[in-house]
Amino acid sequence: MLPSNIAPINISINVTPVTTTDEFIKGLWRQNPIFVQVLGMCSTLAVTNSVINGLAMGLATAFVLVMSNILVSSLRNFIPRQVRMACYIAIIATFVTAVDYLLQSLSLTLHNALGAFVPLIVVNCIIMGRAEAFASRNTVTRSCLDGLGMGAGFTLALLCVGLVRELLGSGSILGVAVFSSSFEPWIIMLLPSGGFFTLGLWLLLMNWIKQRQLVGVKVEFEKEPSA
Amino acid sequence: MTTPSAPLQPRMVWYMYRAFVGIGVICTFIIAAVFLYTQPIIRDKQEAALQQSVLSVLGGAENKRDLVWRDGSLVLTTEGLATDGMDEKSARVYAGYDRQDRAVGYAITANGMGYQDNISVLYGYDPKADVIIGFHVLSSRETPGLGSKIGTDRKFLANFLKLDVSLNAQGQGLAHAITLSKVGQPKNSWQIDGITGATVSSKAVAKILRDSISRWAPRLKLVKTTTGGDIQ
Repeated sequence: MLPSNIAPINISINVTPVTTTDEFIKGLWRQNPIFVQVLGMCSTLAVTNSVINGLAMGLATAFVLVMSNILVSSLRNFIPRQVRMACYIAIIATFVTAVDYLLQSLSLTLHNALGAFVPLIVVNCIIMGRAEAFASRNTVTRSCLDGLGMGAGFTLALLCVGLVRELLGSGSILGVAVFSSSFEPWIIMLLPSGGFFTLGLWLLLMNWIKQRQLVGVKVEFEKEPSA
Repeated sequence: MTTPSAPLQPRMVWYMYRAFVGIGVICTFIIAAVFLYTQPIIRDKQEAALQQSVLSVLGGAENKRDLVWRDGSLVLTTEGLATDGMDEKSARVYAGYDRQDRAVGYAITANGMGYQDNISVLYGYDPKADVIIGFHVLSSRETPGLGSKIGTDRKFLANFLKLDVSLNAQGQGLAHAITLSKVGQPKNSWQIDGITGATVSSKAVAKILRDSISRWAPRLKLVKTTTGGDIQ
C-alpha cells in the first residue's frame, strides 16, 4: 500500500499507428541496418573501398531484400513454421543468383570488382533478419516498403563509408580525382583496417547524435495535489 | 527423462512438402527466366571485352581471329570463349591483323599465382621481332593500392612494350628468362622493373609471362603466315 503523501500517478500513453510511410523511413535512420542494427558488416568492410562499389553492392542488396520480402510475405500463410528458414534461404538465394546474372549483363567491370561478395549477399543478416522478423508477419505492401527502407538505409551507409575511404585512400570520388597530384593517398584506407576505422568513426558519430536527441526528451508526470 | 516428441501429423508433413516443392518450382522459373534473358547479353559483353583487350595488347591491330593449338598446329576456331589458356585441349591464342590484313602478332592468355590469388593476364607477342609488345591484366585480387597497380601503373606497363623474349640456339626455350631487374644494376632488355611495395606481385607477373612464353614462342615461331594473314 502506498504511503499517504504519494498520490497515484496517471500515465496516459498515446500510441500513434505506424503508417506505411514510416515502414520506409525507419530503415533510413531509426533502424538503419548498419549504423543502428550493426548487420551486414562483412559486406560493409569489404566493398566500400570505392563509392561505386558501395553503391552497386547497396543496390544489389536492396533488390534482393525487396524481392525476397515480397515473396516471403506472399507465401507466409503457406510456409510451415518448422521449415521456414530453409524456405527463406531458397528464396533469397534465387534472387541473389538473379542479381548476379543481371550485374554481369549490365557491367562486367563492376561484377569483377565486387567479386565473391555478390553471392555472399545470401548470408547477409539483414535479408534473413527482415524475412523472419517482418515479412513473415506483415502484408506484402508493408513488407515491400520495409525492404525498400532497409535497402535504402544500407545503401546510404555504404555510401557514407565508401566516400571517406575512397577520398582518403585514392584521392578521388567515383573515380574522379579530387586532390592535386601532390596528394599522397592513405593506402591504409583501402585495406580492411581502414574500413574498421571509418566504420567505427561513423558509428561514434551516429551514437553521439542519438545521445544528444535523448538528452532533449522531457518526461512529465501529473501529480494529484495532496488532500 | 525427456518426453519423446509427438510424431508429425500427416497433414503437417503434406504442408511441408507443399512448401518445399512449391517454392522450388517458383525459384526454378525465376532463375531460368533471368538466365535465358541475360546469357546472350553476357556473352556479347565478354566477347567485346576480349576483343578490346586483344587489340589493346597488339598495337596497330584492328581485328582478331581465334586460334586453337591442336595436333601440333594452329587452326582457326569459332568455338565459344576459352576460359583458360593453359589447358592443352583449349589452349587458345588470338592473332591480330591490321587494316591491310597483315599479321601484327599474337595475344596469349596466361595465369598464375600472385600475392593473394590467381592473376590472369593477356599479353601480345611479335614472333618476327621476338618481343612482347603489350600487357593487360584480365583479373587479379592483389592488394588494393599496391599489387593492384600491376594493371594500372604506367611505368610497369611500359616494361612490356618491347620485352626481349628471343629463343635459345635450339629454339626450344627462352635465351634469357624474364626476371625483375636489380636495383643499382643496368637493366637488360629481358628484365622488367618491379613496383615499389609490390615486389611479390611484380615477380608473379614475371613468372607468369616466363612460363607462358617459354611454351608458346617455340610453337608460334614455326607457324608460317601468308601475306593475306591466313594461318593454317
